[in-house]
Amino acid sequence: MNQHDTLGERLAQQGISRRAFLKFCTAMASMMALPPGAATAIAEALIKAKRPSVIWLSFQECTGCTESLTRSHTPTLENLIFDMISLDYHHTLQAASGFGAEKSREDAMQEFFGKYLLVVDGAIPLHKDGVYSTIAGRTNLDLLQEASKGAAAIIAVGTCATFGGIPNAKPNPTGAVAVSDIIKDKPIVNISGCPPIPAVITGVLAHYLTFGALPELDDLGRPRSYYGETIHDRCYRRPFYDQGKFAKSFDDEGARNGWCLFELGCKGPTTHNSCATTKWNGKTSFPIESGHGCLGCSEPNFWDAGSFYTPLSAPTVDMTKVVAGAAVAGAGVAAALSVADRAKKRRAQQSHEKLTTKDL
Amino acid sequence: MSSPNDNLKTIPIYAQDTDEYSVGNIRSLLVEIATLLDKLAVSGETGMIDLNSLPLAPGEHEQLRHMLGQGEVTAHIEAIGPSEIIETRYPGVWWVTHYNVEGDIVADTLEITTIPEIIKSQADDINTGLELLQDQISDEVQP
Repeated sequence: MNQHDTLGERLAQQGISRRAFLKFCTAMASMMALPPGAATAIAEALIKAKRPSVIWLSFQECTGCTESLTRSHTPTLENLIFDMISLDYHHTLQAASGFGAEKSREDAMQEFFGKYLLVVDGAIPLHKDGVYSTIAGRTNLDLLQEASKGAAAIIAVGTCATFGGIPNAKPNPTGAVAVSDIIKDKPIVNISGCPPIPAVITGVLAHYLTFGALPELDDLGRPRSYYGETIHDRCYRRPFYDQGKFAKSFDDEGARNGWCLFELGCKGPTTHNSCATTKWNGKTSFPIESGHGCLGCSEPNFWDAGSFYTPLSAPTVDMTKVVAGAAVAGAGVAAALSVADRAKKRRAQQSHEKLTTKDL
Repeated sequence: MSSPNDNLKTIPIYAQDTDEYSVGNIRSLLVEIATLLDKLAVSGETGMIDLNSLPLAPGEHEQLRHMLGQGEVTAHIEAIGPSEIIETRYPGVWWVTHYNVEGDIVADTLEITTIPEIIKSQADDINTGLELLQDQISDEVQP
């Protein structure tokens, strides 16, 4: 059996009925954020699709992205890996080790040159010639540059691979950067999040398989179908924001009533992701539903963007320095700092002090 | 041996009272269903709502279930995991829920149609079945 035959042939060999496949495609349409009526069209395209070879490289990362994928509920990982893609290298999931493992990567790169998908999780350290992270004695930088040459496209998974993430956070001792900071001549899809939503990872792979092309991307290289709207815009607590009903601390009346968490530092209004609808753990919940604000983990520099508990509207700079500077520069700058802004900052600090040990 | 998930299922979960906690999604959803049902009645045009893509508040899924109720038809499909198809108390409005083999919901849709596509026998399956039936007939005549 050719391991890269069409999905339709594989399903037929396994005795999967067309009805079962149609059901699977309905789940895929939902996962790809396509109109629910698209299932039949997806079935027609998928039945003829050839399974792409996928090489997955893990660099400076915590394996959270792989953990997220292996807990993907839609479709099951078995479906994804064995039926939809040919995962030829993934050093955490593969059975092979040592020279055999590295050889399978080299073989796939050679056999499917120009056609394979390269998935990367983790940032890439550049300081001291990249020696801070190596695999089989080779630096991440070297492995990425080599594997990207024959890739049809690169899928950067997780905030570390997409924007540098936590390795890139101040003071960034290893000089960690994102995939897109190094590779400039290949199409790159950024699936950000810490970790990214598993259905988004599988959804992008399914989209490539179904349509033979990458999904439409936003200005940060993220697929619009998942990152097109903010958490805030799709949040079930949004009506409370519109009504001006806010929780002021994590244990007050507003928190118990499930009101908006904006004043407790929720980053929903500036965070693009689909947690509010896709949710987590088999649609059990998402952070806001569990009573905690969004951290903004799918946005660049989320770790260095001020406290998780400071409301977005509050200034994050040291106000005394700004006011002193304004006095020198003139009234124009000072006018930008209204009394209301200062009141907001005070409020933010007051609520913040209850929650964390010290503002960063 | 029982899995930890079995224990979780024994914890009773109650939907909050509608009046006490309502963000108004259900009313909007019912209006959309009525609009689609009107199209079906007038022109035969079918419609579908993907419930997984909607930001429903906790308890709203149960509220919707309660409001749409159950009509005359219930169907069960066993195809890479179970599927449950229920005609609601409003004829033409079907609630279709697909599960995977692990029992997780993989698709949850409202279909506004005379019969959901997934219930119909598929052309490819009919042909495969026909071949099997013909094989069986020829086996029987040649002892």
